[in-house]
Amino acid sequence: MKGLLRLAVDSHVIAKRNVIKIKRVPEVLVFVLISPIMFVLLFAYVFGDSIAIPGGSYREFLIGGIFAQTVVFGATFTGAGLADDMQKGIMSRFRALPMSRAAVLVGRTASDVIYNVLSLAIMAITGLIVGWRLHTGPLEAAAGFALLLAFAYAFSWVMAYVGLLVPSVEVINNASFMVIFPLTFIANTFVPSENLPGVLRAFAEWNPVSAVTQAARELFGNIPPGTPEPSVWPLQNAVAYTLIWVVAIIAVFAPLAVNRYRRRP
Amino acid sequence: MSGAVEATGLVKRYKEVTALDGLDLHVPEGTVLALLGPNGAGKTTAVSILATLLQPDAGSATVAGADLLASPAEVRRRIGLSGQFAAVDEHLTGFENLDMIGRLYHLGRAAARARARALLERFNLTAAADRPVKTYSGGMRRRLDLAGAIVAEPPVLFLDEPTTGLDPRGRTEMWGVIRALVGRGTTLLLTTQYLEEADQLADDIVVIDHGREIAHGTADELKARVGGERIEITVTSPDAVEPARLILDRFSDGRAQVARSRTVTAPISGGPGAFREVLAAIEEAAIAVYDVGLRRPTLDDVFLALTGHAAQPSEEAEPNGEAS
Ligand SMILES: Nc1ncnc2c1ncn2[C@@H]1O[C@H](COP(=O)(O)OP(=O)(O)O)[C@@H](O)[C@H]1O
Ligand SMILES: [Mg+2]
Repeated sequence: MKGLLRLAVDSHVIAKRNVIKIKRVPEVLVFVLISPIMFVLLFAYVFGDSIAIPGGSYREFLIGGIFAQTVVFGATFTGAGLADDMQKGIMSRFRALPMSRAAVLVGRTASDVIYNVLSLAIMAITGLIVGWRLHTGPLEAAAGFALLLAFAYAFSWVMAYVGLLVPSVEVINNASFMVIFPLTFIANTFVPSENLPGVLRAFAEWNPVSAVTQAARELFGNIPPGTPEPSVWPLQNAVAYTLIWVVAIIAVFAPLAVNRYRRRP
Repeated sequence: MSGAVEATGLVKRYKEVTALDGLDLHVPEGTVLALLGPNGAGKTTAVSILATLLQPDAGSATVAGADLLASPAEVRRRIGLSGQFAAVDEHLTGFENLDMIGRLYHLGRAAARARARALLERFNLTAAADRPVKTYSGGMRRRLDLAGAIVAEPPVLFLDEPTTGLDPRGRTEMWGVIRALVGRGTTLLLTTQYLEEADQLADDIVVIDHGREIAHGTADELKARVGGERIEITVTSPDAVEPARLILDRFSDGRAQVARSRTVTAPISGGPGAFREVLAAIEEAAIAVYDVGLRRPTLDDVFLALTGHAAQPSEEAEPNGEAS
């Protein structure tokens, strides 16, 4: 079989297997879906009135940030799934089969898109319940969700690589928090980045998580009219800056991860 | 002569441990080689290298005619591997596991399904075929794992400690399954810690310790060096020790010895036939015995005979999961 066709066929087999596992262990899914609901409710009701958004409502502002944070968190599942396969020994089986060398990873990142689609859907519904609204047309809204998914997909390659480096699922869960918390909190996710002090503000302005959040807010129409134009390029061109990151992350981490998969003892 | 597996000078080093230290292996087509050694001897490392999971630091090998280092993808097409720990997906059913493996060998959808059903039947798993594997017993998992290794009917098969952790019944069952496989012409390299298992299944045995070959031969040759089977008689009264010793002397290949106060032992080569004759002679002499047994040499006996020390696991803990 030709390389690319084989990659597609094998990845499909792996993705199908992962989907069966999602169905057999629904507890995982329930957890995945409950935590974003919790975040929406906590932030909306705990901070809802203490963080002022000039000319707008905090809940409208918040949802874009929660979307971005959740898809970044979702990437942990990719790493955890791979670490689990390795711990259980099934990875050795895959590695001794005449299958495409990238298929285990491509199949995994593909099936994990399902988690992200589901959690975005659940969050959107929760958001609508607490007062979030779309103020743009369906095309722009769809583009907003697509951009979030693209970013999620790229980020799951980062976690795929990390998942292959660590010895166990427990380690990946802890390791990912160390990356994900700074990345999602030192950003414009929960407070406008202008409110952050010096260095943190600079980090937040160039943080791709801020860009994807900004882009989502723009595409959903959640930026109140009269808000001053952001002062830095990444936030002025949030969609483009996000796409650059999506491409760059995949270009760097997909080969790293595949190479690691080949060589892993 | 070129065999189904030809390996020369395989070396694999981890930080402080030399897991393989220049191992040569030669397995003629259609035969069974047992790699016999204690925990930590390097068995899994050798199998992992031959199955392309690990890169050797030195050495070369061909497997089923393909060069291990130059064309690992070709090797993977021609081998089946069942690792030391069953590598099956717990949340998938037995059928789903085998079907997936068939698809990944590119058998095609219909062929993969048919093959999965046929193997489940052959390995006595049909009743459990549509249950998630996490409900399987250890023996069932092992059989499923072995079935996974032969989905594509590979000419060369690697089995890493296929019966470790199984109860005696599971072990006997597994032996039957393996014998049937080999009967169909598959070349098999299996690893084991049990001399008896190697004896039951293998044409040829390589004994390794610390990554090096320490002995090589057929089971009979090794047993001859170790002293083969021994018969052991424990009598009820001290007075009977001497008569029992005299009987054993008559039938045994060597000298009978008094092992413990009331136990006499002697090497014997005639197997069950000779054993029956000894029993008859004891009967005739009306010696009251507490126990009479045929004791097969174990890996420990082999090690004792070959190295002068008992088989000891290396100081390193056995790594689990993927590495093993
Ligand atoms: N990934 C690893 N890292 C470090 N040492 C290892 C690793 N894998 C195996 N070893 C060591 O190499 C030696 C041989 O191991 P192994 O091939 O698993 O032996 P066996 O399968 O015969 O029990 C042991 O001392 C083991 O501890
Ligand atoms: Mg081992």
